Amino acid sequence: MSTSVSLRPHVMSRIREFRVNNFRLYLGIFIIFVVIAMAALASHLTKFDPISQDLLSTLQDVTAKHFLGTDNLGRDVWSRLLYGGRTDLFLASIAVLAPFVIGTVIGAICGYFSGWVDTLVMRIADVVVAFPFYVLVISLVFILGNGVGSIFIAISLVSWVAYARIVRAETMIVRSKEFIEAAQTGGISNQKIITLHVLPNVITQAIVYAMSDIVLNIGVIVTLSYFGLGIVPPTPDWGRMIAEGQQFLAGGYYALTILPALAVVITSLGLSFIGDGLAVALRVKR
Amino acid sequence: MIPMNSGASTRKVLEVEGLQIVARIAGHDYIAIDNISFSVAQGRARGLVGESGSGKSLTLRAIMGLLPANVRVTSGAIKFQGQDLLAEGGKYRKSVLGTGISMVFQEPSVALNPVMKIGKQITDSLMQHSDLNRKQARERAIDLMDQVGIREANKRVDDFPFQLSGGMKQRVMIAAALACGPELILCDEPTTALDVTIQAQIIELFKKLRSELKVSLLYVTHDIGVVAELCDAISVMYSGRIVEQADDISKVFSHPHHPYTKALLSAIPRIDGPIQRLKGLDNTGPSLTQRSQELAPPMTNVEPGWQIAPFEFADLDDLWSASSHE
Repeated sequence: MSTSVSLRPHVMSRIREFRVNNFRLYLGIFIIFVVIAMAALASHLTKFDPISQDLLSTLQDVTAKHFLGTDNLGRDVWSRLLYGGRTDLFLASIAVLAPFVIGTVIGAICGYFSGWVDTLVMRIADVVVAFPFYVLVISLVFILGNGVGSIFIAISLVSWVAYARIVRAETMIVRSKEFIEAAQTGGISNQKIITLHVLPNVITQAIVYAMSDIVLNIGVIVTLSYFGLGIVPPTPDWGRMIAEGQQFLAGGYYALTILPALAVVITSLGLSFIGDGLAVALRVKR
Repeated sequence: MIPMNSGASTRKVLEVEGLQIVARIAGHDYIAIDNISFSVAQGRARGLVGESGSGKSLTLRAIMGLLPANVRVTSGAIKFQGQDLLAEGGKYRKSVLGTGISMVFQEPSVALNPVMKIGKQITDSLMQHSDLNRKQARERAIDLMDQVGIREANKRVDDFPFQLSGGMKQRVMIAAALACGPELILCDEPTTALDVTIQAQIIELFKKLRSELKVSLLYVTHDIGVVAELCDAISVMYSGRIVEQADDISKVFSHPHHPYTKALLSAIPRIDGPIQRLKGLDNTGPSLTQRSQELAPPMTNVEPGWQIAPFEFADLDDLWSASSHE
């Protein structure tokens, strides 16, 4: 009993320290929570269909009816922002999963076994990295054709490399640790050593990177759509909105471009904060 | 030393015969250890002592198959229960790791996985070699923790390594080594990283385990005092060779024949007898790349079960510091 009482101040100070150090994590979670809630509850937050056109009320300023105005086809901007966020966030999060899994598994295997397989895979990775990220993704989407499917495939083909490299490097560090040798002297199979001993020690880095990778994915999706290569209209999406709004900048309709751009920036910022915060929170205690 | 009814069982658990290990450094091959032959009888403990770089840990790693990529066994045999561990690319070794032979490492703080509960780590190898379910494994972990003297084992079983002190971590390592009921435990300086008082506790624990479980030990250390406490046989290594070994440790302690053994023994401070200046060894052995590459000559018997390597006094002059400094 007495130990639990004397422990308490220590535990409390630890929690406080964690909170103070992790202000960014909480801020990031708050921002992303709001963004996701807005995207998820889009149908409750607006009564307008993001696709339906109203050619009698185009390019309106803030009105009682459309509180962020309308675009050149009379579509409600607020509604398009919400539904566009839904498209982009969903696709970006899905597109992070495949590279995360593929890259982590490949990285762990390469780092653990090294040898010629490692050399081969890492040279392939070097080839992928040798091309600028956007050039590669854009050309892949160009080859595969527009649409959600090809964005997904293009991102997966390119960004597994980053996970593989991160996890491989971490695995090589962990592999030289004595507890891996200890597991080997216990006669434990390599497969089990990788899943039970290596991965829990290296996955943190991959998770932290995944947060910034979602940011990157949002960037890619928005950029592709901006170039007309990504999400096929009329599906609402931030990139398309920026591209379409752009032609009316000269006419003084700044909001059409700035609002979706702001949405991209705020979302990315929130995810970056979470990534930073997680890097601190998930640090392995030794 | 633990009294043993000697002669009751002389079955050899581990036999190392003429082991030679070569390290490749910058394109050149260097003989790291040569002509290492010793055995561990069932239920007995052999101490493998020597200074840093004498090759004692390398011998241990060769037995376990943990040699670095540039180091290889070039000749000799390592037999566990009469079967060669090195045969068929270590296939047989794979089958006895954990269940027949296990190992306790020097640094418990790095030899435990920081993100795995200690209970799970203790039964990790057990889960590999049996079909216990999780609950049974947990029970077994608690039993083992009791056995190695961890109090409140049923609470501690869910702790992570960072929540434990160094001595407790070493107990966890020992529990993990015991999990599959091995016949032989290799110990790589298991008390070196610990405080002296904790050291004494761990040695007591090893003694207890020896008498209760009849497990054989190969105990690598540079601390000859620990060997005196725990082991009944001793091999003294210097510069990649065994210089003196005996199946009866007391003989070596009372009448060391090889000058290096003499020097080692005279470097131990005594609390009885007249106060005198402590003799030390001036130099450590030559580094691997500067060693003589001649093969080790065969050892000679002082009497059955007690061998020494041939020596010339000139070779060993620089070992002694004695009173020449005053």
